[in-house]
Amino acid sequence: MQPDWVALGVFIALFLAVTILGFVAANWRKGDLNILHEWGLGGSRFGTLVTWFLLGGDLYTAYTFVAVPGLVYGKGAIGFFAMPYTIVVYPLVFLFMPRLWAVARKHGYVTASDFVRGRYDSHALALAVAFTGILATLPYIALQLFGIEVSIAEMGVNPEIALTIAFVILAAFTFVSGLRAPALIAVVKDVMIYLLIIIMVIYIPIQLGGYGHIFAAAQAHFTAANAAAVAAGKPPVGGITLSSAGMVAFSTLALGSALALFMYPHAVTGVLASKDGHVVKRNMALLPAYSFLLGAIALLGYMAIAAGVKPDATYGANIAVPGLIHMMFPSWFAGFAFAAISIGALVPASVMSIAAANLFTRNIYKEYFRKGASPREEATTAKTASLVVKVGALAFVLIPGATAYAIYLQLLGGVWILQIFPALVFGLYTRWFNRWALLIGWAAGMIVGTYWAFQVNFAATYTFTIGGQKYAIYTALAAFIINLVIAVVLTPVFNLAKAGNGQDATASADYEQLSPVAAAVEG
Amino acid sequence: MENSSGVRNKGMRWLYVLLIIPFIATLWIPFYGGTEPSLAGIPYFYWYQFLWVIITAIITAIVYFIVG
Repeated sequence: MQPDWVALGVFIALFLAVTILGFVAANWRKGDLNILHEWGLGGSRFGTLVTWFLLGGDLYTAYTFVAVPGLVYGKGAIGFFAMPYTIVVYPLVFLFMPRLWAVARKHGYVTASDFVRGRYDSHALALAVAFTGILATLPYIALQLFGIEVSIAEMGVNPEIALTIAFVILAAFTFVSGLRAPALIAVVKDVMIYLLIIIMVIYIPIQLGGYGHIFAAAQAHFTAANAAAVAAGKPPVGGITLSSAGMVAFSTLALGSALALFMYPHAVTGVLASKDGHVVKRNMALLPAYSFLLGAIALLGYMAIAAGVKPDATYGANIAVPGLIHMMFPSWFAGFAFAAISIGALVPASVMSIAAANLFTRNIYKEYFRKGASPREEATTAKTASLVVKVGALAFVLIPGATAYAIYLQLLGGVWILQIFPALVFGLYTRWFNRWALLIGWAAGMIVGTYWAFQVNFAATYTFTIGGQKYAIYTALAAFIINLVIAVVLTPVFNLAKAGNGQDATASADYEQLSPVAAAVEG
Repeated sequence: MENSSGVRNKGMRWLYVLLIIPFIATLWIPFYGGTEPSLAGIPYFYWYQFLWVIITAIITAIVYFIVG
């Protein structure tokens, strides 16, 4: 493919503008960026609006713009599991995240691992939580890099070269500005994305003859594809409604993803960076605006079918949205669209790498390597770690099975991150669980979840035979159930064996104070 | 006014059960697995989900304003 110079010119100009903004952000609401709390949590003073942009920019990523519509394009209705996922996640988080905010503020916790160590008095469990957070973040960052790669490749650029440049920009501005860079750029990104999506969901259906025609075309496509697949002795491809077998997969993918989302270090960071607990609660009623957007973007998968976008030789179904943009819009607008998508991936990738770096610095480096590290040394270590994390993410881009559908990368992260749910979320309510039981449950969930993921070549669901019936269930949720059952069964066993359950550093009142009146903030 | 529990209206905490409604409405697929009735060319399965984004936001907002 010849490079599209007009699209590239617009793309590069917008990227440069955003990069400059990233460096300027270092001076925004100035704090000492050599201190981890300032670099990594933006000083914990974000209000409702900034938190909304930050969490939104954090959660709606290349996952939304590339991966979900790619799945809808390739398999149909199953891709819409992302809707119930982003519907139920907010009521869920409304309940428990303010409790984490409160206890974290009271005790100066910056990560989930800090909390788990304080709550259970367990270094092993805290290490498990930190390790899981870093590991699970890698494929999620990989998805962002992959999204940028696909967009740039669609403009006719050698993806390896383009990806290298994007990677350097991301690394550089994260390194210099910390969380302040993505928070400010998130605002710019959201304006671009909203503009792009509104134009796309109005303009393209008009061009394609309306939603009725788009769904009819998608239906016809899947009917033909299914017939061809069955004739070739393969399972059906998909459809615009769910098969009865698909319903279980759909529900478990939605529920598992919702339970997992706010376990991610970057989501925890976004919540803890807000200035009080009410900001968190308010945002749970405001963030669904992004869910609505997600649904509109998912429909682009069907529009790509109706427009006749063909699966790409290199990127397969992941090409749906970039291919559609290329087909429907003039070059200059395509350049704007690809810049919007790429910046939309850049922001979360930056926040994710910062969050993973915070975890490494506080809960691994300081804990096990340099007990007496100075604040300045902490910040330097975190900055270096954020670079290492991004390099680690690159490895996941290179796993062929995991990028067949880009969404598999995110779902793989979910398999791991969901395993810290019992220690973290149940821990916000009760000390009933024994810390050793939680640790063994976590290990079991990690091992079986990873095993199943490899068994199905990273394809998100694993088929279990229960009572003679076959059910495809999201691997993360299945592993989580194993984890939970083990933790519940072993807790009384350890208690009977008089295995120590440690000293709880928190008191029940610590979980309920949502305004920072009396609380001292410590980094 | 906020009391020491961080919740404006502790007596109304039972309203938290409202937050379960979106789970039932969107995770039980038989409620919306079909294509009819369609709305402006969009099958039921799809517009139902968009509708629940809005309903869920309203429920969450109500719980926040009443309970805090």
